[in-house]
Amino acid sequence: MNLTLKIWRQVDAKDKGKMVDYKVTEISGSMSFLEMMDVLNEQLVNAGEQPVAFDHDCREGICGMCSMYINGEAHGPDRGVTTCQLHMRMFKDGDTITIEPWRAGAFPVVKDLVVDRSAFDRIQHAGGYISVNTSGNTQDANAIPISKQAADTAMDAATCIGCGACVATCKNSSAMLFVGAKVSQYALLPQGQVEAADRVRNMVAQMDLEGFGNCTNTGACEVECPKGISLDNIARMNRELMKASI
Amino acid sequence: MSGFFKSSIGRKVAMALSAFFLMFFLLQHLAINILSVLSPDTFNEVSHFMGTNPLVQFALQPVLIFAVVFHFVMGFVLELRNSKARKVSYAKNNGAANSSWMSRNMIWSGITILAFIGLHFVDFWFPEINTKFIQGDWSGTMEGIEGFRYHEELVHKFANPLRVGAYAFCFVLLGLHLAHGFTSAFQSMGGTAGRKKTLQNIGKAYAIIIPAGFIFIAIYHHLNH
Repeated sequence: MNLTLKIWRQVDAKDKGKMVDYKVTEISGSMSFLEMMDVLNEQLVNAGEQPVAFDHDCREGICGMCSMYINGEAHGPDRGVTTCQLHMRMFKDGDTITIEPWRAGAFPVVKDLVVDRSAFDRIQHAGGYISVNTSGNTQDANAIPISKQAADTAMDAATCIGCGACVATCKNSSAMLFVGAKVSQYALLPQGQVEAADRVRNMVAQMDLEGFGNCTNTGACEVECPKGISLDNIARMNRELMKASI
Repeated sequence: MSGFFKSSIGRKVAMALSAFFLMFFLLQHLAINILSVLSPDTFNEVSHFMGTNPLVQFALQPVLIFAVVFHFVMGFVLELRNSKARKVSYAKNNGAANSSWMSRNMIWSGITILAFIGLHFVDFWFPEINTKFIQGDWSGTMEGIEGFRYHEELVHKFANPLRVGAYAFCFVLLGLHLAHGFTSAFQSMGGTAGRKKTLQNIGKAYAIIIPAGFIFIAIYHHLNH
């Protein structure tokens, strides 16, 4: 298929940036979106132009690196997939595709489609862990029984790959789905109880400090999340913070 | 605890608490107003009680005014903060693909409700305050009207079709506001896990019944004045 791409180009963080039109031809429906971007970049390099910078790593939906806002949706029009898992068969011959970086004050653009998501790292550093000293006598993981339901729900929360689609799609640039998932994955397990109060307080405080917006429960994040992280995690985080504040 | 209410989640919880109070108020307001259709005499009695009872007038009424003002001010503050969180807008954004119109436009339905409250105050509340607190007339009666005046005043207001239309329009927007706001308030309080579907269904019913009830009352009195 032949496509017109409208892509955000920005030289660096200080540049104002603008949308630039490109044409790509003979794109196969079996290509992934990133492979289509590779075709474009090869074309640009051959023409002596700067290739479009975009984040990617594993290209199998696990690393959380790819981050494109495609035709007005985070990770494009398909559901439950990252940009690297999005197939070109989702588009038709002759389509115009608009590609933008994640937009959020807390995710400044570094170059073209690459944004700085280190705000998520700082939120994790504020409490997204459990303190287990590796002293050599760490007890067996099965010594503390955990119900199947709690283990499954915690695992569901832990599948968050931190791609930032929730922030990108939220009309308020809220990071509450991400933080809710990270709080939940520990809140549901006995190992997470020791630091539960400090964890939620510190992670929420860091989230606010980074300049993310407030959650208005539109549910857009849940729909666009490539890992299907549920809004229940936000409700759980809210409860955890209330519990920690009383 | 003060730190909690300064956090983004704390502000949402405060919004939800004021929303719960206002939703309860709407329910009792509709319950009383529907009496104007079912039994004008009972409506007059209840209205006089609500209008003259010291607990309602000097305790509940100030709380209600505070809740209304707080809900609106906090709503605007949150909207302003949220708009600042995204400095550059998307060239193309397909919000309809992942969220409801109601959830994305709470500020606009809210502003319409605020305008409605202004109209409603001019229609009913300011004259009531004037009669009771400025003229000092707490009798609930009026020259030319047998018994209490409340039902007669209500029916008289809805004689104007423009007012009925304006009220109906605002109540539709109120319904849209409630359609998202009801479940949203529970979500903010952390109370949706495991019962989201039930709450959504109750929310939908509430968001239809409340505005439909008020619209019915306005149209009924317009047709029967």
